[in-house]
Amino acid sequence: MRLTLNGAAVDVEAHPMKRLLDVLREECGLTGTKEGCGEGECGACTVLIDDQPVCACLVPWAHVDGRTVTSIEGLADQHPLQQAFMDEVGAQCGICTPGMILAAIALGPNPSLTKIKEGLAGNLCRCTGYEAIYRAIQSTAPVIPRSAAD
Amino acid sequence: MRTATNALELRRPRTLKEALAMLRDEPTLVPLAGCTDLYVAVNFGTLTDSRFLDLWPLEPLRRISVRDETMVIGALATYTEIIKSRHVRKRLPMLIDSARQIGGPQIQNRGTIGGNIANASPAGDTLPVLSAADAVVVLKNAADERRVAFNDFHTGYRKSVRMPDELIVAVEIPTQHGRQWFRKVGTRAAQAISKVVMAGVRGDQPRIAIGSVAPTIVRARRTEAALAAGASIEDAARILGDEIHPIDDVRSTAEYRRTVTVNLLRRFWTDTASASPSV
Amino acid sequence: MPVVGQSVRRKDGIGKATGRVQYADDLVFPGMLYGRTIRTTIPCGRIQDVKFQLSPGLTICDFRDIPGKNVVSLIVDDQPCLVEREVRHVAEPVLLLAHEDRDALLAATVEIEYEEVTPLFDPLRSEQVLKELLIEKGNLEKGFASADVIVEGVYRTGHQEHIYIETNGVVAVPEKNGIAVHGSIQCPFYVDRALRVLLGPGRHVRVVQAETGGGFGGKEEYPSMLACHATLLALKSGRPVKIIYDRVEDMLATTKRHPSLVRHKTGVKRDGRITAMDVEVVIDGGAYVTLSPVVLSRGGIHAAGPYRCANTRIRGRAMFTNTPPNGAFRGFGAPQTQFAMEVHMERIAETLGLDPVKVRERNALRPGDFTATGQKLREDCSALTVLREAVKRSGYRRKSKKYKGTNKGIGIALFYHGSGFTGSGELKLASRAAVECTERGVRLLVSSTEIGQGTRTMHAQIVADAMDIPYEQVEVAPVDTAVVPDSGPTVASRTCMVVGKILQRASEELKQKLGGMPPAEYYKRYGPLRVEKEHVPPEWLKWDEDRYRGDAYVTFAWACDVAEVEVDRDTFEVRPLRITAVQDIGRAIHPALATGQIEGGTGQGVGFALIEQVVMKNGAMANAQLTNYTIPTTLDTPDMDVVLLENPFPEGPFGAKGLGELPIDGPAPAIVNAIRSLGIDVREVPATPEVVMLAASNSRPAVERHVDMLTYGAPVAVFPPTARAPA
Repeated sequence: MRLTLNGAAVDVEAHPMKRLLDVLREECGLTGTKEGCGEGECGACTVLIDDQPVCACLVPWAHVDGRTVTSIEGLADQHPLQQAFMDEVGAQCGICTPGMILAAIALGPNPSLTKIKEGLAGNLCRCTGYEAIYRAIQSTAPVIPRSAAD
Repeated sequence: MRTATNALELRRPRTLKEALAMLRDEPTLVPLAGCTDLYVAVNFGTLTDSRFLDLWPLEPLRRISVRDETMVIGALATYTEIIKSRHVRKRLPMLIDSARQIGGPQIQNRGTIGGNIANASPAGDTLPVLSAADAVVVLKNAADERRVAFNDFHTGYRKSVRMPDELIVAVEIPTQHGRQWFRKVGTRAAQAISKVVMAGVRGDQPRIAIGSVAPTIVRARRTEAALAAGASIEDAARILGDEIHPIDDVRSTAEYRRTVTVNLLRRFWTDTASASPSV
Repeated sequence: MPVVGQSVRRKDGIGKATGRVQYADDLVFPGMLYGRTIRTTIPCGRIQDVKFQLSPGLTICDFRDIPGKNVVSLIVDDQPCLVEREVRHVAEPVLLLAHEDRDALLAATVEIEYEEVTPLFDPLRSEQVLKELLIEKGNLEKGFASADVIVEGVYRTGHQEHIYIETNGVVAVPEKNGIAVHGSIQCPFYVDRALRVLLGPGRHVRVVQAETGGGFGGKEEYPSMLACHATLLALKSGRPVKIIYDRVEDMLATTKRHPSLVRHKTGVKRDGRITAMDVEVVIDGGAYVTLSPVVLSRGGIHAAGPYRCANTRIRGRAMFTNTPPNGAFRGFGAPQTQFAMEVHMERIAETLGLDPVKVRERNALRPGDFTATGQKLREDCSALTVLREAVKRSGYRRKSKKYKGTNKGIGIALFYHGSGFTGSGELKLASRAAVECTERGVRLLVSSTEIGQGTRTMHAQIVADAMDIPYEQVEVAPVDTAVVPDSGPTVASRTCMVVGKILQRASEELKQKLGGMPPAEYYKRYGPLRVEKEHVPPEWLKWDEDRYRGDAYVTFAWACDVAEVEVDRDTFEVRPLRITAVQDIGRAIHPALATGQIEGGTGQGVGFALIEQVVMKNGAMANAQLTNYTIPTTLDTPDMDVVLLENPFPEGPFGAKGLGELPIDGPAPAIVNAIRSLGIDVREVPATPEVVMLAASNSRPAVERHVDMLTYGAPVAVFPPTARAPA
């Protein structure tokens, strides 16, 4: 199956009903996508498909056929939100952070606080009470992920 | 314990025609789309089916259009697409309200209105809206197409009139006359399953539908009739109490659901009494 | 330039934000198998038979594969690693399976036949006491006799599930003559010790902390169980074995916050002065002792709140029930008892018709006052300061007036939290920490784990300033029990205050030894130099374990929360609008991290207060899914205004006290008191809409039904416990 993964065209063979989350972690070695619940509640496994955030635990592999998928690794450590999450302590334990950052990127540049709260309502964080996450996002003007710019 | 996905099979049609042919040949195939419910079942190991039909790539089923004053929402329209649709915003804003409260963006990007209907859960958030709006479900099989009033579609808990060889292809919404109103009471402020969910349209004949208070969505016809006949809201509330059959479960209690349903009816009536904008 | 007090760049690096740091589930070892746990499905009884199919590649372990003792060693060794015959709760581990193919592992079926015995779920009907405590001061009778009014009440708190976003997980890797366990672990030496007991003497054991995705106490004791399981499978198969719980299993099988019932009877003067306090605390310990004695201890000691009262009696019991053992959860008993105290305090003010702030001011502990255990408070007692600052900062008085007649309410809670282990606990622990020269500067070695709270960074700051070297030259050794000294567990708000202090002393000594030479230069010239120090509690600390008298903690941190809420009168939903949290933590080593602890703890407290409800059916969690056990999302979490006050604790590193747990003690009572300000008589958490509805419509709160049952008869001392499931 052919898709664009983190900016590169790739062919990956996997069972069509396998969870996107498992294929990314096990077949592609991209362990930055985390599993928190397996039921689409926590958002830790958030990735972008065609720039829209989805829970990778609820997506069969077949559904990314021909699509563009961005996982945290696709930001190539270049995204200003990444350092901002560390500096503002938007990441504490860090397990929700990759998903949180991808969901935040999908908000577009300079989101209002209301828009941030609504846009991150599908990402649970148990460490921060979210306040530092808002600060991290507001401390930087997010840019468009590389895959979207391609 | 999670279902092993390597034992599952997925048929992948390229067109609706192909999908319907596959379903005709193998009616036990289970259609899947956004998978926001199906993969939860996979996760909990409660999945009983093993052969699936993939509808997700059938782009034409995603369209939202207006024909002769009827809005047609393709079964594969996601909640995000519904939220963004100017047709829906103009004609059925209460559907946008309900869609915005389903899960977070991740779920809204995947969940489809057809899936919400097919899944036939009494807690489906868009279902009271479709019920109150007198929506029509469009079903197709390889040979035919038929229309079923949404309010006749569900026959019991997770049961419907859809035949195994049929697919839900669209839902039709007639023009609404009257102010629309929607309220979901969930287990928390966002991404919650509803404890009580109510949709109402306040026209000459008020229309009221409630979710999570019975095995299927309840269209409160006797309450509506009483209100249309000029009954007081207190009398209507008493009648509504008889029309619902809430239960205790892990999310709430029957007593709470009963009290809140009646309170929501009062609020619906107050909120829609003035000339203030709907919803 | 000093870095203590600065929000310097964290030692975690960027890895958490790039997804590169490795949590337990990210670890892969050659030849690794996946492990699975077969658990009991009944709450009480005996196993008659276990049936399974052997299949190729499947490794199976039961209790007979345990080379040493079949226990998960903790305080009392009563909890088996694998059930032999007697079943005490649902989800007890019986059998372990491992296979290299996860689907094949999932496909394996096991049937267990039981002889069922009637289970016991109600702690008030239990006759088995896991731990009992009595704290007495003054003369209760005299105290009540001098009161004008007596106020009584019963308060309830429910289970709370940790919901660290990373579930429990470990990988056990066979090493020469033993095992290395890598995992999501709060207290590696607890696991180390449990493995040594499991395996018996003469075996090599090493525990390595993987990056850990949250703990909150939930990864204090349970990882020992998990590590034992993975180890048994790894030793039997001779291959690395990974066990990662899915969310359902994690919620069903692992520990939760102890539910509590607390009864207060308080004598007060008309002016609000407290003359007598009689407090009874019952917590539900579950089916094994695990940490219940120490949870009860902390809960009991904090039960009289930050108030002075000459005549006090606190009685506490942890009871056996046929439910999974409850355990450590941030706050460790104190959130439960302080919830009761602070809601009771509000009711005292209501009864007397006095301003709730005035009543608290009148009774708040001041330097020189004595706590319930007879501990004399020193200059770092800040109860009044935090109270006054919170009232001012939040606009409490103005808003109290403004909200009258609306659906908005405002409530206050004054609270404190003892830093470090209770009483002589720290003395017994004798924690150690080390610093050593490296070619780049200094490396610090502790077993304190980074689980999100900022351990690495905060410790590095302390070392940098104590050594007077740049922060960048300090590195933190990965936590591996074969390498680092035992600094005690990462619990009890002790990592900064206790372990930080040892590091400070070690650093000062190292600095002295270097005699002005930069550590890297010393290392290059002379080779390794290491200083390891042991914790020394202050000389004045006196604690009588048998009588619960004396200095329960070296110090307390103090805080006051003001919560504003809006109640929907139709749906009884409570929306928290804003929480003002004023917290005196002695000194903030890293203000941004400290603020993060307070915001995070407050967020968890909001969940505890309003929406987090464990529904138990037949001894098991019936809503063990994140869909049905809901924690706060962005939209459920109120705006927060955090104020850090710094009244230094002279014995702490740079004046710092414990901080991790304090913030979770306050939100629940502050929120419930805000609901109460609307005339709704809520006395329990979670204050779900269902609870609020009943409180709004009933004259007698539901928890009052428990009053009669709670009253103690003659004290029963059953400790050490001989707890056995009723046969």
